[in-house]
Amino acid sequence: MKSLPPPRVSATHKVPTGIAGFDEITGGGLPRGRTTLLVGGPGSGKTILALQFLAHGARDCAEPGIFVAFEESSQRIVANAESFGWNLAALQKKKLFFLDAQPPPDLIQSGDFDLGGMLAGLDAQIKSMGARRIVFDALDVVLALLSDPATRRQEIYRLHAWLLARELTGIITAKAGGDEDSNASQQPFGFMQFMVDCAVILNHNVVQGVSHRNLRVQKYRGSSFDENESPFLIGASGLVVDAAHARVRVDAKVSNERVSSGVERLDTMLGGGYYRGASILITGFSGTAKTTLSGAFAEAACRRGEHTLFVSFDSDRNEVIRNLASVGIRLDQYIDNGSLRMISARSIAGSAETYLVRIQTLAKEHGARCVVIDPVSTWYKSANDLAAQSVADRLIDWSKGDGITMVCTSLLDEMSNQTDSGSPLQISTLADTWIHLSYLMQAGERNRGLSIVKSRGTAHSNQVRELILSDTGVTLTDTYTAGGEVLMGTLRWEKERAERVAAEAAEANAKLKRVKLDAEEAELEVRLKSLQTELVAKQLEKELLVRSIQSHEGELSRGRTQMKELRGADATNAADKKDSP
Amino acid sequence: MNRRSHFKFHLYVAGDAPNSAKAIANLATFCRTHLAERYEIEIVDVFREPKRALAEGIFMTPTLIALTPPPVRRIVGTLSHTQTVLLALGLVGLAE
Repeated sequence: MKSLPPPRVSATHKVPTGIAGFDEITGGGLPRGRTTLLVGGPGSGKTILALQFLAHGARDCAEPGIFVAFEESSQRIVANAESFGWNLAALQKKKLFFLDAQPPPDLIQSGDFDLGGMLAGLDAQIKSMGARRIVFDALDVVLALLSDPATRRQEIYRLHAWLLARELTGIITAKAGGDEDSNASQQPFGFMQFMVDCAVILNHNVVQGVSHRNLRVQKYRGSSFDENESPFLIGASGLVVDAAHARVRVDAKVSNERVSSGVERLDTMLGGGYYRGASILITGFSGTAKTTLSGAFAEAACRRGEHTLFVSFDSDRNEVIRNLASVGIRLDQYIDNGSLRMISARSIAGSAETYLVRIQTLAKEHGARCVVIDPVSTWYKSANDLAAQSVADRLIDWSKGDGITMVCTSLLDEMSNQTDSGSPLQISTLADTWIHLSYLMQAGERNRGLSIVKSRGTAHSNQVRELILSDTGVTLTDTYTAGGEVLMGTLRWEKERAERVAAEAAEANAKLKRVKLDAEEAELEVRLKSLQTELVAKQLEKELLVRSIQSHEGELSRGRTQMKELRGADATNAADKKDSP
Repeated sequence: MNRRSHFKFHLYVAGDAPNSAKAIANLATFCRTHLAERYEIEIVDVFREPKRALAEGIFMTPTLIALTPPPVRRIVGTLSHTQTVLLALGLVGLAE
């Protein structure tokens, strides 16, 4: 309550009711020393709310209380409330007093009467037990005996004045028709609503065959309060009201911490996993492995030692465990060690609000840090659009407020167009990460494709990946994309194999060519060598030739000289000078 | 119901509240008219004896309890409708 702006009636002037959610709506409880009117149709939970208020006071607040029963006998009320575990019988000795004030069936009435007798008796009782709280249950029963509206009004005034004078925190319950419009105009409670300091209206409607309970604080003098209708349910330990968190919450804790999705490659696609406290939506048609993906997340959470709540609307707990075990997700061990709690909600009948409050209660009990709801689209069926939408909003609001990482799956209508992947609940706009699973039909196969539609605050892959389930786990593979088409499954496999073969062939070809070239090179080298040898031979030959020519010439000149010498000619020198260079 | 029956009444009233005062007056008139010499009235003020009222289950005032002759009957209100009271006490027919 500390986060609230200081209300004009401070929390110390309020009396806690001990009803989860109700004290949040009213900012602390009912006005102390004032009267609260509780109006509702049959079976709307008036008596239980009032009784819980008294039981809480007697047990936890040291405020003894008195219950004035005009309609049901106190034994029956105590017996009916037995299942809530308030232990009224023990409280009854000292701290809780039941006054049976049912008009006897054989009551004979002659003329007018008033409630003075009862109030006098109550005065004595209050003094002797020090009562601080009082409930008048079904005041309308006794008022109905009064002949005219004026007298009724007078008795209400008397009662109100009496309550105020004694500074008792009081609840007066009164019946009213189902719809609110008739309440306001209905005498004398219409005027009672003006008189009292706080008025709460309980509604119990049936919409499309599903029961919806909600309550609304109609007025609360001197205090701010949540003015909207808040769904509530009658749970195992009394009333639980689903208070909208928006009023109380300042800001959700925002975390940069990442938590694993349970699928390694998906974490990579998301740039490290989901954010803690984020809301993740997984959409897809039936059989696209939504449950498997959320199961992987639950397993990963449990492996980190975080308490996890898994709510399945589709199948029984054991079925889910068995089915997930077939893809290597073993949850049974975590159920055994207490970190995982699995709830099959198929058995719970009720409105979306009922589910929401139940999930919240269970999560709180379990101390869950991660919650899986599979699938939330069930709510769409069990409620009208508006209610389901508001529940979805509140669900996300709640999980964010409590820092709970939540994975919701949502079933898409089989008949709807595959490209139109909007979630019927429109959670998609609220969810932080939206993963869409789809089928790709190709070559007589259905293959699962996973794509990340959005993921706030994280870089994420834009690619469609193929989701492969095997008995060792869940994994993603790249899809084969070529020529503008995406191939999956066998086609992808075939394509990949064909590519491999082609690559091998090319490699072999290259090898062959290289060998050929090697051979040619070798041949050329050999030829080069032989030519070189030939060249040397030729050179030698040439040299030889030159030498032989020289020697020949030498011989010749020598011959000539000799000849000259022999001839003894004179012109030898001149001839030598001309010839020799 | 025979003519000799003795009537014993407890009338619970809330101090001098208008309804209670009316009831006291109406009861006195009624008894004088219909039950001359065979009645007994005790007037209990719930403000003075709240425990007794509570124990007796008196929630509406005024309440008249007719203890005898049996069965015990309770009549709530100012006792302004004499016919109702006669009927309740089994005195119908005797009044004429």
